[in-house]
Amino acid sequence: MSTNGNMNLTLKVWRQKNAQSEGSMVTYKADGISPDMSFLEMLDVVNEDLIHKGDDPIHFDHDCREGICGMCSLYINGQPHGPKRAITTCQLHMRSFKDGETITIEPWRAAAFPVVKDLAVDRSAFDRIQQAGGYVSVNTGGVPDANEIAIPKVIADEAFNSATCIGCGACVAACKNASAMLFVSAKISQFALLPQGQPERYSRAQAMVAQMDEEGFGSCTNTGACEAECPKEISLTNIGRMNNDYLSAKLFRQEDVNRG
Amino acid sequence: MSDFKQTFNSSLGKKLIMALTGLFLCTFLIVHLGGNLLLFSKDGGFGFNVYANFLTHFPPVEVVAYLLYLSIIVHAVYALVLTIGNRKARPVKYASSNNSPASVSSKNMGLLGSILLVFIVIHMSDFWYKYKYTDTVAFKEYRTNLSSGITTVSDFTPTSKDFEHSVSTQGDEEVVRVKDIHTKVAASFGQLWYVIIYVIAMGALSFHLLHGFQSAFRTVGWIHRKYTPVIEFVGTWLFAVIIPLGFALMPLVYYFQSLSK
Repeated sequence: MSTNGNMNLTLKVWRQKNAQSEGSMVTYKADGISPDMSFLEMLDVVNEDLIHKGDDPIHFDHDCREGICGMCSLYINGQPHGPKRAITTCQLHMRSFKDGETITIEPWRAAAFPVVKDLAVDRSAFDRIQQAGGYVSVNTGGVPDANEIAIPKVIADEAFNSATCIGCGACVAACKNASAMLFVSAKISQFALLPQGQPERYSRAQAMVAQMDEEGFGSCTNTGACEAECPKEISLTNIGRMNNDYLSAKLFRQEDVNRG
Repeated sequence: MSDFKQTFNSSLGKKLIMALTGLFLCTFLIVHLGGNLLLFSKDGGFGFNVYANFLTHFPPVEVVAYLLYLSIIVHAVYALVLTIGNRKARPVKYASSNNSPASVSSKNMGLLGSILLVFIVIHMSDFWYKYKYTDTVAFKEYRTNLSSGITTVSDFTPTSKDFEHSVSTQGDEEVVRVKDIHTKVAASFGQLWYVIIYVIAMGALSFHLLHGFQSAFRTVGWIHRKYTPVIEFVGTWLFAVIIPLGFALMPLVYYFQSLSK
C-alpha cells in the first residue's frame, strides 16, 4: 500500500466489442485507488486513464449510484455485485478489497441477457416479463381514500418486501441455472398478496411464467444462491408462492393466459 | 388436453413432475427400509424370504412396483431434460468460480442422482433381476413345529422348474418352501467392494434427500411459515439421516458378521 493509504489493484475485465464479436478477458492496472471510492468510481478512474491513452473505455451499466435503480450489474470475483451482502455494485467500496488484489469483473452471464458491449448486458427480457402480466387494472374516476381496503399488516409487509425488487438481475447471474424465478416470483407475489391483485392473479402467473420460459431462462433448483445475492434480500418464499399460483392456475382454475 | 401438454412442458410443469416422482420415491424408501429391517432378525432369513415372496407375488404390490420403476425413469429423464435446458440458459460460462453461498447438496443434485442411478442398476440387477428372471437363487424349507414354535431350516430343491413357493401342513408342522434371497444378500454383503459401493450410494442418498425432500415441497408450492420448518426437519432427520443410515447398516452388519464366522 502506498503511503497515503491508496491501493494498487489488478483488474481482469471482460472486453467485448459488440453483441456479435467474440470477447476476452483483458488485464488492467488500477493504481492509487482510494479505499473510500465506490467500485464504480474505481472503474471511472480506470476509464479516465484509458481515454487519456486513446483507448476505448470499459462499458458498464450504472444510473442512480445510490442502490435503488437496479442498473449497475457486474459479476465480481464470482459473485453478482461483489462480495458484500444486500448491496448493489455502486454501494460496494474498495475497502472491501485488499491492496495488490486481482479482481475479476464479468458481465451477467445468461442466454436471456446478451452482452451489448463489455460489461453491459441487455436486460429487456425482464421488461417483457413485466409487460406480460406485471400490472393491476384499476378503475378510473375519483381518487379513493387511503387505506380504504383493510389489509393485515403481515400481508402488507410481505407484499412490500416482494415489491422492493429492483430488477437488477443478480438472481439470474448468481443462479447456476441462470433462472429468473426469484425476479418473476417477486413481481407475481407483490400483487398476488394484495386484494388489488386478485382479479388478474391467476392469468398473471400464467402469462409471466410463459414469458419467462419464452426468454430462455433456466429452471429453479431451490439452491438459494439468488436469495443470498439479492441486493434487496428478496426471499426464496416468493418462488414457492409463484409455484403455488401457477400450478393452481394451470391445474385447478378456469382462467387462462388470454381469458383473464 | 393441449392445456395440460403446455403445463407439463413449462419450466414449472417439468419441475412439478420432478417433485412428484421424487416424493413418491421417498415414500417407497420408508416401506423398503421397514421391510428390510427383517434382515436384522436372527431367523435364518425366514421372515425376509417370506416378505420377498410376498412383494413379488401380491398383485397390488406389483402394480405399485411398476409405478415405481416408471417414476425412477421419469425422474432421471426429466432431470436430464431440465439440466440440458439449464446449460443452454448460460451458454458462456463465468471465468471466475461461483462464490455465491448455496449448500453443497443443492449444487450437486445431478451428480448425486447419477450415483444413485448407477447404484439402482447394480442393486436391481443383482437382487431383483436374479430373483425374478433367473434360477440362480436357491430355495429353503422352513419347518415350524406348531406346538413348540421352533423353526428348522434346510435346503430345498424343487422337482418342478416352475416351482415358486408353497405353504403346507404336515402333521403338527407348518412347511414353508420359498426362494432364498437372504443367502444371496448375505453373500453379496460379505464382499468388501460391494459394501463400499452401498455405503457410498447411501451417502449420496443422504445428500440428495437433504436438499431434494424439502425442495420438492417448495416446487409444488407448499410453503408455509408453520409447516415448512416441519418439512425441513423431516427431510433432514428422517430422509437424510435415519433412512440412509438404516440402509447402510445392513451391508455393514452383514460384512462384519461374515468376518467373525
